[in-house]
Amino acid sequence: MGDGGSAPLHRHEGAPMRVRLEKRPQPSRRWLYLSPLLAVLVTMLAGGALFAALGKNPVEAIATIFWEPLFGEFAFYYRPQLLVKGAPLVLIAIGLSLGFRAGVWNIGAEGQYIIGALAGAGVGLAFYPLDAWFVFPLMVIAGAIGGLAWGMIPGLLRVRFGTNEILVSLMLVYVAEKLLAAMALGPMKNPEGMGFPGSRNLQQYPSAHNADLIADTGMHWGAVAALIAVIFAYILLGRHVLGYHIRLTGQAPRAARFAGVDPARLVLFCLGVSGALAGLAGMFEVSGPAGQVSIDFNVGYGFTAIIVAFLGRLHPFGIALAGLLMALTYIGGEIAQSNLGLPAAAIQMFQGMLLFFLLAVDLLTNYRLRLLPRPETA
Amino acid sequence: MTAPLLAISGLTKAYPGVVANDSVSLDIAGGEVHALLGENGAGKSTLVKMIYGLVKPDSGTMTLHGAPFVPGEPRAARAAGVAMVFQHFSLFDALSVAENIALGMESPPPLRDLSRRIRDVSETYGLPLDPHRIVGDLSAGERQRVEILRCLLQNPRLLIMDEPTSVLTPQEVAILFQTLRKLAAEGVSILYISHKLEEIRTLCDRATILRQGRNVATCNPRETTAREMAEMMVGTTLDVTARPARAPGATALDITGLSLASPNRFGTALKNLHFTLAEGEILGIGGVAGNGQDELLAALSGELRSAPGAIRLKGRPVGALGPAARRRLGLLTAPEERLGHAAAPDMSLTENALMTGAEREGLMARGFISWAAAQDFAARIISRFDVRTPGPDTAARALSGGNLQKFVIGREVLQRPEVLIVNQPTWGVDAAAAVAIRQALLDLAADGAAILCISQDLDELMEIADRFGALNEGRLSDIRPTHALSLQEIGLMMGGAHGMEVAHA
Repeated sequence: MGDGGSAPLHRHEGAPMRVRLEKRPQPSRRWLYLSPLLAVLVTMLAGGALFAALGKNPVEAIATIFWEPLFGEFAFYYRPQLLVKGAPLVLIAIGLSLGFRAGVWNIGAEGQYIIGALAGAGVGLAFYPLDAWFVFPLMVIAGAIGGLAWGMIPGLLRVRFGTNEILVSLMLVYVAEKLLAAMALGPMKNPEGMGFPGSRNLQQYPSAHNADLIADTGMHWGAVAALIAVIFAYILLGRHVLGYHIRLTGQAPRAARFAGVDPARLVLFCLGVSGALAGLAGMFEVSGPAGQVSIDFNVGYGFTAIIVAFLGRLHPFGIALAGLLMALTYIGGEIAQSNLGLPAAAIQMFQGMLLFFLLAVDLLTNYRLRLLPRPETA
Repeated sequence: MTAPLLAISGLTKAYPGVVANDSVSLDIAGGEVHALLGENGAGKSTLVKMIYGLVKPDSGTMTLHGAPFVPGEPRAARAAGVAMVFQHFSLFDALSVAENIALGMESPPPLRDLSRRIRDVSETYGLPLDPHRIVGDLSAGERQRVEILRCLLQNPRLLIMDEPTSVLTPQEVAILFQTLRKLAAEGVSILYISHKLEEIRTLCDRATILRQGRNVATCNPRETTAREMAEMMVGTTLDVTARPARAPGATALDITGLSLASPNRFGTALKNLHFTLAEGEILGIGGVAGNGQDELLAALSGELRSAPGAIRLKGRPVGALGPAARRRLGLLTAPEERLGHAAAPDMSLTENALMTGAEREGLMARGFISWAAAQDFAARIISRFDVRTPGPDTAARALSGGNLQKFVIGREVLQRPEVLIVNQPTWGVDAAAAVAIRQALLDLAADGAAILCISQDLDELMEIADRFGALNEGRLSDIRPTHALSLQEIGLMMGGAHGMEVAHA
């Protein structure tokens, strides 16, 4: 039913077979791992059809997206980009996945990402041009606190007044965007920028620059932080009682309260951690690849990370892989735009399809398809 | 006996992996009250669904009035004179009795005529019911009357009743039985599904006993003891050791002036509860569902907080403590709802064992879980309580109700509670598992634990409880020793039959 790729399953009335969905006694482990792969495959097929409808060669388009960045002529340039784009996605998605597991829906990571960047960059710019070792660590702390504070707003409102964290966190994204614009045009504007909007470029301020740790690999502090986050999340969810309580709350909230979980504290923890990680991602971005606070600083990592979190099955290692895959479609999509003239919207649709098909294929984890003979009519 | 009204022969229905009915045969005579007995999963529902046209048999035949009877859907069954009262009512709270009944009819007469007919039929059969009352205001017993009247208006030849007394007070049960006897005297056959054996012994002429999809025996329930019938249902002999009389121990739990609003809009507030629970004692709390049982359990488990002094555990105020803190002090609970409250459906038994056992069983150190220890604890519960499952890695939802209940009760019992609160410990559990659970509670009390057993099964409370009290609209009756109580008194403690006893005068 949810499976777009297997049309033959649907037969007409009177055919000898029919399809029935049967709930599995317990979730299938096999499909838990297989369904993301199947989703990627189905996305390639549907995406190919979409590109064909746009008059492009589908095979070439898919190959450009998935092959070119890794093994094409300019792979030496694109491969580091994989880490540059993947790191913030993974870092944000790890934080979101904790909340999603607990049934806490932080949709506003984009806003927390912006505020983290503003706080981090603000500290860096405040110390300019001081040359000291502690500037960058202070920026890291400020970035985390900024994101955490922005994430705590929907958290506290939900705990105190029962507001919906989905709406509040989402709306705070737009507030953050306005704040970003105000900062880029006002207090953080480069005094030597000859009136252009945007802050000083932190790449030119060594004490604040989040440079590649090994030149031209894309391996900056953000990638290191993402890796640490993946490992910590893995230990938290697998071995620590807090991770157990997070999973319990998500799966059976009433059982969690019975077990002794304080729901309010869990909501604050999840929104706080996901906010802090998103803030860190923003801070590493503004002090590294982006370099400056500008009006168009945010490019949607906070939203794409939602897809990454689900594509990775809310599992830390899965998220690491999904983040890299998503980064690949970003980079490959850009190549396809410039080389094949595919519209940007088609690439975004392609990325959206991935989540769409994943959710559809997910059905197979909890249900199995059964072919049954049609019952004889009495 | 005259020719049977309904004759069933060799009816078989298989589902993937299980044969629900394996060549079941029985016949029901006109005017007979026929009991269908069996544990959960014995195939009672499947059989009844086939008679009512909800499920098609794989093989076998049914004849009604001597003619082949192959109902393709419930409508066909109803047209042939088969009516059914389900265990779960399908009524709209916001509509009146007459409107609800009209909704279920093929071509309802004008509401005024229908109301008159409802009144006529309800008076004839001693089921007092005002057709203009709103269903939302009715008691469970009155709602059931709506369902019965809905059936009677079709002039059925065969009335199927699925566990009709589970929501009724003893007085309401008595009214229902008079109605059913009157119907039988007029020639209506009744197929009565229950696992309350004493009821079947008072009401029914014959009983067909199902076990694992086969009919294993037919008996005259009036000449068969409840114990013999239970053993036929289970296929083994059942034994609960009689409990020795004991001197009451020191007070373990002291409830003083416990009042609490329900967090649920349709819940029942607890109103000024007072009682004590002694070491080694089992206190039974009865009452019709929805009279504050869930709220009482939540107040005692710590899911709802109250004034600190309202609940004292061995003299220590615990009313303001959460579930984990109370557990640490030895106050353990097992809620009624297994899936989603007492256990997380999609989690493994190991993870579910960890849910309440983490601290008392030392399954974690400084917040880090020892999965090996948790698995070991789960395995201990499984073996000690004979939980039928492939192993501790199985998801809770894959277990049958009875097995999961054994696991949930076992999880608390094995943690050696000082005070154990259980709500509906054997609800929906087969007879053998129910015996095992009750025995575990008795053993625990014999070891000195104080046990509070909230249950709607009066037989159960009479069997294991030393003292009995009833919840009625959030208030607790006086608590009295069980051995001195009559059924009549219990009914009055539970709130009587909502002023309907006069109906049969």
